[in-house]
Amino acid sequence: MNVLVFLIPVSLLLGTLGVVAFAWTLTTDQYDDPEGEASRILIDEDTGRPDQS
Amino acid sequence: MTAACPACVAAPAAIELAQMPDAVQLSVPALRCAACISAIESHLNALPDVMTARVNLSLKRVEVRTDLPTSDITQALASIGYDAYPLDAAALGEDGDQAGRDLLMRMGLSGFAMMNVMLLSVAVWSGAVGATRDLFHLISAAIAIPCVAYAAQPFFRNAARALKVGRLNMDVPISLAIVLAAAMSLYETLHGGAHAYFDAALSLTFFLLIGRYLEHRTRSAARSAAKELTALEVHQATRQTAHGSEVVPISALSIGDAIVVPTGMRVPVDGTLTSAHADTDRAFLTGESDPIPHTRGATLHAGEVNLGAPLHLTATAVGTDTRLHQIARLVDTAENARNRYTSLADRAAQIYAPAVHVLALVTFLGWVLVDGDIRHAVNVAIAVLIITCPCALGLAVPAVSTAAISKLYKLGFLVKSGTALERLAEVQTVLLDKTGTLTTPNFTFDLGSLSPSQCSIAKALADHSAHPLARALGRHLQESVPAPLTQIEEHKGKGVRAVWTDTDVALGQASWLGGRDGEARQGLTLKIGPVTIPLTYSEATRDGVPAMIAGLQSAGLTLDIMSGDTDAKTRSLADRLGIDRFAGHMSPEDKNARVGALADAGATPCMIGDGINDTIALTRAHASIAPGSALDAARNAADVVVVSDSMAQVPALFATARQTVRLSRQNFAIALAYNAVAVPIAIAGFATPLMAALAMSLSSITVLLNAMRIGVKP
Repeated sequence: MNVLVFLIPVSLLLGTLGVVAFAWTLTTDQYDDPEGEASRILIDEDTGRPDQS
Repeated sequence: MTAACPACVAAPAAIELAQMPDAVQLSVPALRCAACISAIESHLNALPDVMTARVNLSLKRVEVRTDLPTSDITQALASIGYDAYPLDAAALGEDGDQAGRDLLMRMGLSGFAMMNVMLLSVAVWSGAVGATRDLFHLISAAIAIPCVAYAAQPFFRNAARALKVGRLNMDVPISLAIVLAAAMSLYETLHGGAHAYFDAALSLTFFLLIGRYLEHRTRSAARSAAKELTALEVHQATRQTAHGSEVVPISALSIGDAIVVPTGMRVPVDGTLTSAHADTDRAFLTGESDPIPHTRGATLHAGEVNLGAPLHLTATAVGTDTRLHQIARLVDTAENARNRYTSLADRAAQIYAPAVHVLALVTFLGWVLVDGDIRHAVNVAIAVLIITCPCALGLAVPAVSTAAISKLYKLGFLVKSGTALERLAEVQTVLLDKTGTLTTPNFTFDLGSLSPSQCSIAKALADHSAHPLARALGRHLQESVPAPLTQIEEHKGKGVRAVWTDTDVALGQASWLGGRDGEARQGLTLKIGPVTIPLTYSEATRDGVPAMIAGLQSAGLTLDIMSGDTDAKTRSLADRLGIDRFAGHMSPEDKNARVGALADAGATPCMIGDGINDTIALTRAHASIAPGSALDAARNAADVVVVSDSMAQVPALFATARQTVRLSRQNFAIALAYNAVAVPIAIAGFATPLMAALAMSLSSITVLLNAMRIGVKP
């Protein structure tokens, strides 16, 4: 069971990473225009990041 | 001091550039797809003086940072085929949905924590024992307790608020279950116990936050769209000063100011007319559909619409002293049906919450009596609380109403109040305002008896008149070619005379042209030589009104027209639409009294109206609907705003409301059925964390799936 000593911290670290990434998406206004972001992928030349608007 | 390098010299300029002009928001309803985004953004960004332009497809808006006047942007968009409407930044308010972001953060955190703890729990459920189990429980506690303390705060706050006023809502059993589950699990963990419910505490929090977030999201979408409607009205007036005219906010006007009201605009303040003649539409104030003629010195009220040439007036009452505001103020004192209404979820909570608490207490006392082991008795009692925790119940109503509200949003309805659908489902009588709700400010003419040459004379005369009725006639006769006229003279407020190939012709008021007395005196008359021809006209009904009436009648609702207009006009429209209950000459107070009388008789009235004269009735009625063209006071008072021009979908609103209540009830039944199976097991002391997790997830998913049936036609 010694492998747990590594695996548990690793899983917690990955979990924290996920939460931090999620918090980042929130603070950078990435949920303000979900439909627009979905459509923008179809535009050949995107005109900028959402937080520049 | 000299700069060390070219970059330092350039730096101050860069700082100036960074001071961006304020953003202008424009509503662009035609925005639909990726092609629209790139067309608009590339076109606007190519304009000189436009810093940035960014499309928000979800809100159908464009945000532009520019020094250009807004009209230039509107024109630029019109040139590539998009109608754009500038939005008033003040009415739009601060953007950024802080509450929604906050809920999303809590939801995300509890979701991540739940998944991690669930992984550890799976190990325990599949047979970890001794030190390993205790270690896993400890790690779970380290994740779960801070997460619950943060993420479940909305429930704690609501529960505390309800308890403070001595009431029970759904958040009380929720908070109790979450807190007790975490506390008991911590105690068990520290004492090497077998069962810890950390995953249950977290999944409860997570599922319920999903419900809360969905509810918040649809409601804030409706709110921001309602704000957008308000922001479309530009609250500005043109004031004349010694130096010419200037455009100022209405709030800056003061008594004695000379004000110009352009054609088609609302009179901003109460005042005395200083132009010789004017025609206004008072429908918003009184419900009268005919244009009202005024002469110099007449009193005009804020809210009247100028139908003729630009008029001048001197302000006599501004701000809150105007008649418009006085009526609006009556609304604040009117009895508000909404505040008295207890929502379905609250009613369920009032039965459910005490029942759950009593059940848990009885279980605890029972086990103490049976084997005297207090720790075991507490464990079982808390297991009962967790199993019965209204996870599915908490989702039952929000999931259905979220699905219903977003479906209605697509049909063109803004549902502004959370309980609006429940109240609409109970409606038995629909009270309709006439002018502006069933009709539009247009007129249709019955010209079947006129020959083509008579039509062309009428058209020519109408084109030379500034009177709103004559102009409507001119629009109605678009296809006729105007006859050549000579010696045209307009008699203000009466009509137009002219000569057509040696014959005297005239168009104007019946009384002026020697028509008979009686009901035809107000009407429009065409005179060719000695012959007078009365031109009968009627108000144009709003798009989709006949379909709405038919739909509502077949849904078993009683319809009743309440109008401030004359009895004759109300009767003619009611006959045309096939409604046998109507009343004219209703003052705002009469409308309110009628709504009150119906409510007392148990007929649960729903008011549909658009004017300031309907506002009190809209507030008092059990439920209320306003068309998007309504005055903002009426829109604010209504529960539902019909955004589309057509009223044809209104029966679908009632049908969806009824279906919402039916599905909510079914969801309660499903949740109770799960409890009926799980509760006896929990009381008997056989409940395990695995069972709790299964029951909770399954019932929540069933309830969510059932809620999605709202999209399916009933």
